Amino acid sequence: MTKLRVVHYVNQFFAGIGGEDRASEPPGVRAGVVGPGQVLQRALGASAEVVATVYCGDDFFAEHEEDAAATVVGLIGRHQPDLVVAGPAFNAGRYGFACGRICRAVEDILEIPAVTGMYPDNPAVELYRPSLYIVVSGPNAVSMPATLERMAGLGLKRARGERLGQPGDEGYLARGMRFTEVASQSAAERAVDMLLASVRGEAWQTEWPLPDYDRVSPPTPIKDIRRATIALVTSGGIVPKGNPDRIESTYATKWKKYSLAGVAALTPDGWQSIHGGYDTTRANEDPNRVLPVDVLRELEAEGAIGRLLDQYWVFVGSGASTTNARRFAEQMADELRDSSVEGVIFTAT
Amino acid sequence: MAKEFERRGIPTAIISTIVPLAESIGPNRIVPGKAITHPLGDPALSPAEERALRRGLVRRALDALQTEISGQTVFR
Repeated sequence: MTKLRVVHYVNQFFAGIGGEDRASEPPGVRAGVVGPGQVLQRALGASAEVVATVYCGDDFFAEHEEDAAATVVGLIGRHQPDLVVAGPAFNAGRYGFACGRICRAVEDILEIPAVTGMYPDNPAVELYRPSLYIVVSGPNAVSMPATLERMAGLGLKRARGERLGQPGDEGYLARGMRFTEVASQSAAERAVDMLLASVRGEAWQTEWPLPDYDRVSPPTPIKDIRRATIALVTSGGIVPKGNPDRIESTYATKWKKYSLAGVAALTPDGWQSIHGGYDTTRANEDPNRVLPVDVLRELEAEGAIGRLLDQYWVFVGSGASTTNARRFAEQMADELRDSSVEGVIFTAT
Repeated sequence: MAKEFERRGIPTAIISTIVPLAESIGPNRIVPGKAITHPLGDPALSPAEERALRRGLVRRALDALQTEISGQTVFR
C-alpha cells in the first residue's frame, strides 16, 4: 500500500521562525516535518508521511485572510496530499481562526479531508465546529503530544474513508450531526439504566446533551418607567392580516417591523398570527393575546409608562436557528437603541 | 433574543409560557405566560377578566424591567 501523503499547517511560532515579533511572516513551505511535525509523524506511524509543512504568521493571516488562505491552500495543493492536519491551535484565537479557515478551504477547494485541534474555548470553535473535525486540545502546548495523537488517528480514519465513532470516543468536538443506529436496548431501558446509574452515583452519559448557553449580566433596570419608551418584540408571528411581507411561518430567515401608530388595540380583522408552531386559533381571535398592544396603550394613556413605541418587531420563533436569532437580535438592538427604547417586552409562544 | 438585547444594555422582560426552556437558555427577566397559544390571554375567561389577566402580566413585565437583579429571575 502506498503511503498516505500528509501536509501539516502551523503558525510562525511552531514553524520555528519566531514569536509575536514575526507574526507578520507571509506564507511559506518547508519540505518534510518542522517542529511539532515530528510528533505528528510518530503518531501517524508507517502508513503516512508528512511530506511538507506550510506555515504563515498569525497576524499576516488575520490581516490578509482571503489572500493568505488562497496562498496557503495553493502551497498545500502542490504537494498533492491525502490529508491536511492544521495546528493544534490550543487556545490561540488568531491561530485557531487560521487553522479553521485553512481546513475549510482545503475541504472545499482541494476536496480532501482536513483535521485541526483546538481548546474548546478557542473563539474559532464556535465558527468552525459545525463544519470541521476539531480535536479537543488543552489550553496550551503541554497537551501537544496527546492532541496530535488523536488528530493523527482521526485524520487517518478520514483519509481512508473509515466510519468515525462518537465524538467523545474519537476525541473531537461534537458537530451536532445525528446518525441512525440500531441499539440493543430500547430507549426506555436505556433511560432507566441512566437513571439508576445516576442514583447510584455512577458515571453515565446522556445521548442528547443540552446546549450550553452562556449567561448575560442584567443591565441596569429602568429608573423612571413613567418617562420610559417601551417597545414590543415578539417571536409569536403576529403580522398585519395577509402577511404582506410573507415572513416565514417556520425556519425564519428574516424579521419585520410594523407600525403601531394610531393602533389602540390589535383587531382580528387587521392582524393575525402566521406562526407555524402552534394552533393560532386563539391568537387570531384576539391578537392582543400574543402582542398586548391594548393594555400597553391603556397604561400609556394612564401615564404608567412614558410611551409605547409606535412600531414593533416580529419573526416566528418556531424552528429559527440560534444563529439567525442572534443576528435578528443584533439588528433589532441597533434599531431599538436608535429609537431610544429603554425597555423591551418580548413575548414568546 | 432577550438575552442578546440585555447583552447590549436594553432591559428586556420575556413573557414565555415554557419557563424551564427559558431558564435553560438564559434570559434574565422571565414572566410566565398563561398558555403557549395565548401567553397573554385566556379564552375561558370573560372579556373583562381576560383583559385584567393581560394587564396583570404586562404590569409584571414592567415591574421586571424596573427591578435590580443579580441574575436570572422568574417574576411570578
